[in-house]
Amino acid sequence: MPRSSANRSSQPAWLLPFVIIAVCLLSGLPLARLLYAGLRFSIEGKATGLFSEPSTWFAIRNTLTTATGGMLIAVLLGATFAFIVTLTDIRAKGFFSFAFVLPMMIPPQVTALAWVQMSGPASPLLKTLGIAPPLGSPQPLYSLGGIALLLGVQHAPLVFLALKAGLAALPRDGVEAARLAGASPMRVFHDIIFPLAVPGLIAGAAIAFVSGVGNFGIPAILGIPASIFVLPTLIYSRLSSFGAGTFAEMSQLSMVIAVIAGLGLVVQQRALRGRDYRIIGLSGENAAFSFGLWRVVAEAGLSVVLFVVLVAPVAALVASSLVPAYGVPLNFQTMSLHAYSEILFRQSVTLTAFANSLFLAGTTACGLLLFTVLTAYLLTRRPGKLADIITGLIEIPYALPGIVLAVAFILLFAAPLPLVNVSIYGTIWIILIAYFSSFFAVSLKPVASAFLQLDPSLEEAARLFGAGFFRRLRDILVPLIAPAAGASVILVFLIACSELTVSALLWSAGTQTLGVAIFNLDDSGSSDLASALSVLVVTMVVILMLLLELLAKHLPKGVLPWRN
Amino acid sequence: MAQLILNHLSKDFGTGRAAVSDVSLTVRDGGFLALLGPSGCGKTTVLRMIAGFEQPTDGSIVLGERTLADASGALPPEKRNMAMVFQSYALWPHMTVAQNVGYPLKVRGITAATWQSRVKDALSVVRLEEFADRRPADLSGGQRQRVALARCLVTSPDVVLLDEPLANLDRHLKAAMEETFREFHARSGATMIYVTHDQGEAMALATDIAVMSEGRLMQVASPQDIYARPEGRVVGGQVGQGAILDLALPDHGPRLLSWSVIEVAFHQTAGPSRPVLVRPEHVVADPEGVMLQVTSCVFEGERFSLSLRTAGGQHLRAYSPHALDCGVLQPFVIRQGWML
Repeated sequence: MPRSSANRSSQPAWLLPFVIIAVCLLSGLPLARLLYAGLRFSIEGKATGLFSEPSTWFAIRNTLTTATGGMLIAVLLGATFAFIVTLTDIRAKGFFSFAFVLPMMIPPQVTALAWVQMSGPASPLLKTLGIAPPLGSPQPLYSLGGIALLLGVQHAPLVFLALKAGLAALPRDGVEAARLAGASPMRVFHDIIFPLAVPGLIAGAAIAFVSGVGNFGIPAILGIPASIFVLPTLIYSRLSSFGAGTFAEMSQLSMVIAVIAGLGLVVQQRALRGRDYRIIGLSGENAAFSFGLWRVVAEAGLSVVLFVVLVAPVAALVASSLVPAYGVPLNFQTMSLHAYSEILFRQSVTLTAFANSLFLAGTTACGLLLFTVLTAYLLTRRPGKLADIITGLIEIPYALPGIVLAVAFILLFAAPLPLVNVSIYGTIWIILIAYFSSFFAVSLKPVASAFLQLDPSLEEAARLFGAGFFRRLRDILVPLIAPAAGASVILVFLIACSELTVSALLWSAGTQTLGVAIFNLDDSGSSDLASALSVLVVTMVVILMLLLELLAKHLPKGVLPWRN
Repeated sequence: MAQLILNHLSKDFGTGRAAVSDVSLTVRDGGFLALLGPSGCGKTTVLRMIAGFEQPTDGSIVLGERTLADASGALPPEKRNMAMVFQSYALWPHMTVAQNVGYPLKVRGITAATWQSRVKDALSVVRLEEFADRRPADLSGGQRQRVALARCLVTSPDVVLLDEPLANLDRHLKAAMEETFREFHARSGATMIYVTHDQGEAMALATDIAVMSEGRLMQVASPQDIYARPEGRVVGGQVGQGAILDLALPDHGPRLLSWSVIEVAFHQTAGPSRPVLVRPEHVVADPEGVMLQVTSCVFEGERFSLSLRTAGGQHLRAYSPHALDCGVLQPFVIRQGWML
């Protein structure tokens, strides 16, 4: 009689080794390689020159300045929006939330490009409106302040979401009890709501800081023209000027980034200590405060902010994509679709980039799903220490700044692969593997929450009625998690398609991605082509997000990053 | 088919307290066993070990000639030829009623005409033929329950397991579903194991009741036996209505006590006391009896339910055809009692 000794749970015996090997190859190996290189080079003292150069210290100082400034702006913007949208009686909350979170999904280099097109002497938008500063005056965004401002705008949604999750769980009866006890609305905010919101605020601030440290797109567009370097752009410029010969320095610099990001998280942990307020009581309906007659004013205020951070930059981007050359004002005589026909039909660089990005994003989104379905199944059916370790290993590459991950993959694949003696460095495959590693966590989350939500008896029933593992997977599990799997594919595609940071370090001639193409076009002065490409990317982002919105009611809570 | 034997079955989840310890019982072929006990007593764990979802840490499960599980290994659930009605019904929301019911056949490679006719038969038994193309979401709770039952009926399982199947239904539906279960048992002839915390259900349905408490098996007997002759305080307190009196009685007398024995014990205050189960139907108002104080009187529809207090401060329950005032003293006779 066929008997298995480990059938307490329903997974077949090969599943655990399969998942462990996949996770080790995609996460463990590159991380270990980076750690090894960083430690070895420090011990051998190969990169000592690095820390005696003033440029390194400038970059560290700039990174800290811009990340901190960006964090402060993000907290200010995100917290204001979160408090108003969740706690008051303003209308169109769904619209405000969606629109406010949109900048987060727009690639940072596109945000930066759009803001550059919105301000400065050559802005087609300002020229058209006749309010452009005189030619020759400096572009105000090419500065530390400009980088910090855009980091703040880009990461404000992160603070908004972290805070909104906490505020949504705020008990309405707690607020009502305080009001009955005689507290004024301001008093309630000060005594009840703010203390309960602090953990979300700290968490959001920490994410904003860490994201600011790792951001590449914004300081690349705004900083490099003005020779202002932060750590990620310093690594990039070293790699492009000295090639792969600077391994020691690159690994050291990326360790510095990792350490700064890690310190941010440690500060967060310390700040959160002792602030674990479990919310007791009913939450839900929570329009705790009424603006009364001021409601229209509040709504107008939010709309103005949205106009500045979203509508105006996108309008500027569209305007620059329609003018024939840099610095020409937009009107009915000058307007043309030349830039679009150029990037879509003539420029081989952009055509290759389209093909590469669609291939990379499509393969990553669909290919990862195979791993994530099996991994998510294993993690839900076999909870415990091992599952926690696997989850942690999957999350690190996503949490790590993209530039650090890219360096890890360069170190890992710079030498030819053992046994087969083929090098994938410089090919599209190294980008693909890095994407698999980087987006594993993105792909896993929707599928894992769908599995968690699934009543285990649905699978047990199929089991008892005679269905083996693959049969259950095909007949019961996959159909039931299909909406979440769809969301996972779209989400990974959405992020991977316009990704810049990882591919900026890993691309070479012929393997450029859309993100790299936008960056290079802008760098070479073709801002009309860069803008046109960006407009297409933003359009695609919005379409995919709307598609996910349509799917939203079939999805477990928390799957879509802009909803909760 | 054959009898199902649980042999010193134990399960420890590593929490420090065994979920199930040393449960041995035999379910005869075609029997209908109810596993009765409060939540957390280990009855569901026993059921899940029989199904194969959990592996015993000790002991074995034997069905006829086949050892289904012991501490060294277990036959996976998909190879056990069992069926189960889950507490949540576990209907697959993406399949129609017919597809749900027919899934066990599909897995066994039965197709087309045979599939059609057997699904139709199963649905007709639970009177749901016209719902074949609906989705589970469009059905009421009772209808879902019947679909889950039809899914067990469609193959010929050796054992049918039912995990609190009536817990989510209202009272009227419960009565109707009990009838369906009885029919189902008579028709299929399968061995059935029914987990419940509701003794009324257990009494009404099962041929045998196994009472569990804190992971241990307290008693297995027919419903009549367990009602009339429960073993120990736990079973006595759990099965049927009643109150437990502590009376001074000799150790080796007969366990079924008549009024004359009880009356003597009532007036005796010295000596070690023994627990005696008194059913409310055996406490009747009678001028010959002892004086008891009425502490509450609740109207229950067909009669009044009384709570009584003895002179020694012990509590009893009784029924009365008419209302009594709280606080009055009245004589009652205890027709019989059962020494636990």
